[in-house]
Amino acid sequence: MQSNSENDLECIGVKRHFGSVRAVDDVSLEIPKGSFFSILGPSGCGKTTLMRMIAGFESPDAGDIRIKGKSVIDTPPNRRNVKMVFQHLALFPMMNVYENIAYGLRCNGVSKSEIETKVRDVLERIALPDVANREITQLSGGQKQRIAIARCMVLDPDVLLLDEPLGALDLKLREAMKIELKLLQHQFDTTFVYITHDQSEALVMSDNVAIMNEGKFVQTGTPQELYHDPSAAFVAGFVGDTNRWDGKVKSVAKGVAEIETATGLTMRSSVRGERTPGVGDAVSVFVRPEFITTQKAGGAAPAIGKNKNVLEGRIDSILFNGANSRVLVRDGSEELVEADVVLTGGTADLRAQDAVRLIWSAEQTMCFAS
Amino acid sequence: MTTNTVFLTSYRLYVLAFFIFLAAPLVAAGVFAFNDSLFPALPWRGFTLDWFFSDTEPKLGMFHDRRLLRGLYYSFVIASFVSLLSVFVGTCNAFLFVRCNFPAKNFFYIMMVLPLVIPGVILGISILLLASTVANGVEETLALELDFLRPGIILVVLGQFSFITTITSLVIIARLRKFDESMEEAAFNLGASRPRVLRTITLPFLFPAMAAGGIVAFLVSFENFNTTLFLVGSEAPLTITMYDRMVKVGSTPVLNAVSFFLMIGSALLALISIFVQRDTPET
Amino acid sequence: MAGMVQKDIKRLSLYLLFAPFALWIALLIVLPHLGMFYISLREKVGPRVYEFGFENYTNFFLEPIYWNTLLRTGSMSLLVTALALVLGFPIAYYIAKIAGNRTRGALFLMCLIPLWVSDLIRAFGWILLLRETGVVSSSLQWAGMIDTPIEFLYNDAAVIMGLVYTVILFMIVPLVSTLDGMDKSMIEAGYNLGGNGPTVLRRIIIPYAMPGIVAGCIVVFMLTAGSYLTPILLGGKNSSWFTEQIYDQFITRYNWESGAAFGFLLLAFTSFVVWAGLKLSGQTLNSTVANN
Repeated sequence: MQSNSENDLECIGVKRHFGSVRAVDDVSLEIPKGSFFSILGPSGCGKTTLMRMIAGFESPDAGDIRIKGKSVIDTPPNRRNVKMVFQHLALFPMMNVYENIAYGLRCNGVSKSEIETKVRDVLERIALPDVANREITQLSGGQKQRIAIARCMVLDPDVLLLDEPLGALDLKLREAMKIELKLLQHQFDTTFVYITHDQSEALVMSDNVAIMNEGKFVQTGTPQELYHDPSAAFVAGFVGDTNRWDGKVKSVAKGVAEIETATGLTMRSSVRGERTPGVGDAVSVFVRPEFITTQKAGGAAPAIGKNKNVLEGRIDSILFNGANSRVLVRDGSEELVEADVVLTGGTADLRAQDAVRLIWSAEQTMCFAS
Repeated sequence: MTTNTVFLTSYRLYVLAFFIFLAAPLVAAGVFAFNDSLFPALPWRGFTLDWFFSDTEPKLGMFHDRRLLRGLYYSFVIASFVSLLSVFVGTCNAFLFVRCNFPAKNFFYIMMVLPLVIPGVILGISILLLASTVANGVEETLALELDFLRPGIILVVLGQFSFITTITSLVIIARLRKFDESMEEAAFNLGASRPRVLRTITLPFLFPAMAAGGIVAFLVSFENFNTTLFLVGSEAPLTITMYDRMVKVGSTPVLNAVSFFLMIGSALLALISIFVQRDTPET
Repeated sequence: MAGMVQKDIKRLSLYLLFAPFALWIALLIVLPHLGMFYISLREKVGPRVYEFGFENYTNFFLEPIYWNTLLRTGSMSLLVTALALVLGFPIAYYIAKIAGNRTRGALFLMCLIPLWVSDLIRAFGWILLLRETGVVSSSLQWAGMIDTPIEFLYNDAAVIMGLVYTVILFMIVPLVSTLDGMDKSMIEAGYNLGGNGPTVLRRIIIPYAMPGIVAGCIVVFMLTAGSYLTPILLGGKNSSWFTEQIYDQFITRYNWESGAAFGFLLLAFTSFVVWAGLKLSGQTLNSTVANN
């Protein structure tokens, strides 16, 4: 088979079973040179197994893994030019920073003077030039993170794998490290494959994201595509916040379906996904909170277009979070609907128990046949 | 409030009394080494170091007492072999029980712990019986004299090794359980070969436990009496020599000198083992 | 395939690791005990002529002095175990839960130091304290509380005290490590929910410490029943401890068959007691001794 040598990493039909569990089930992927690629999925979806196969700690039952166009199936893990940043970093506590970074170079038989220059150089690049003689225990969480990356990057890998390395950090540091990782990836210009169950990490940093569930890739695309144009109900529900209803199709025309939900609401929605549902089919309906406009009820009813959905309700509670504030509205069927609102702090702000009208368009409503 | 303080005070007094109880015989065994008297008993007749250094009878000091010195030497040899052997097998056991999966693992684990609860006397006689039976059998059928199966240093080493290995195994297993296996994978991933990973990552991590286990094995071997008693040949280690002296000659202050010497040595080694185990970076 | 090679390496390393373990357990533990059992079933009918039978065992049961000694050893060992538990528990609790952080380490260390001192030296120390010309007797005389020297050695009380002294550390160490794992807030919650001292002790602390208690009791009981030096030195020649009988059969009478039978009986008896103790407390060997 002809391989595209522009791809740093390719997986072709990779499978791995543990007993009767299909941990990784026929996964194929292509990652172009120098990009930031994330694999996003809930825990237990098989993403860690896939990464361990790429690193060589597990062998696939079927399929091929290629690095720079060459199959590495028969290459043992210590001969693959794929380096990995572990979940808990796995820095060696019995060595100091310098020895940690030099470890891989020493294994490759690099000369002492060359090791010296390379370690200094990589420490310079991660902006920690003075820590070479520190012990690992003397580093902060963010510094450990960078040392773990430097330890891999000093070996000039074709691909760097990162297995949820931000999981152990506290929230604030995690936010800062997201940006830093993205900058480091640009700086080293190496392909990063990043595994996470945290969608915000994947969306913020990646050029491309694969959504994985039950051992399969559900959808692969840019963060924008996944967010605005999910190809399956799982992606719509997993990426970003969303309101969700289950219902049945009453009519379909020109890509817009009229749906009656299980709770008795009627709404219009654009039809998404591979399969167009017919009349009477069960569907899941999604609409994101930021696409819902909230108005105080009463007063003149505004002109509402044909493709708008309207829902009357009462504010149950207000979730104030600055610019990301949100209201929970209890509708006639006693269900809670989330909608984003702007709270200015003025007297016109929405308050709990206000009667409100929620409005959103059919185009921004997505339904998938279930 | 007052009942509480009374309770707490009497509790503290009890703890204090307990530690006095713990210390009393050790102090008695140690202090009389320095009493300038022919008997380890009151009254106090003044301070002397004769029981360590004097080279003339009747106050022959321990460092001039040939038999005691020889006992010390044999104890040292035996303890060294026992601790090396038991640390080696203990390390193998740790990898076996932490890293490998095999049928009936729980059963074998219990087998591994078992020697610790078998009375030392029984261990001693059972090994003596087996060795002698085999040696007699070989002598009768092949006319070969297998000296190493007769009571002597080798049997003493084997007898002590048989239960001390359980101790070293448990110490090393506890440490290996704490090891984060992704550290080995990380080293592998960075290009190290299997032996190199073992040499540069896993063994350095295990080293404090191996050292502590070795020291414990050394001390337990040095002070062992019950198992050794049945297996000892002409090369009697120190505890056996001391016991002989106690039974045949009666207690003399030179035994106090030996006791003092051993207590100081043990305390130092125990402190080292604690220091080695504590001085490891948390992972 | 790399996977196949890896599997082979795994299997090979399993064999290599299993070999020392198997040699150790088979040659030094299992075979000697089987051999001992085998020899205990031999009866000497003439010089170098043996027959199989249970005579060595029937001898034991026919001669009251033998089984009385075993029963005496067993019951005194149980008493020592109970004393060690009752005396040691408050100490372990104090070290684990009441002492401040710095004193805790020091106290625990002080508990361990006698552990590294030979049985022989400990017994020697007690002899110097308790014998007729010993420190206790002469101090009492000096203080005018007694007129003639008193012999405190060579009685059951001395043996029991010496044994408790020898083994109590093996009770305290597992207790401290179990109690250490207990969250102080558990005790506070017990008081908070209306319990008083005794109920908190009975309902919360003791059930929590159970694995440590059982582990300590097993080790202490085995050590006591199998001890040799302390009963002989503190109890004198007539302390009638069962291990003395074994030594006597082996070394003095040179009757290995009967000695082997005695050894086996001691092993069976102590194993039975431990087994019964585990059954009664609902613990397993794995969950107790193996954890320390």
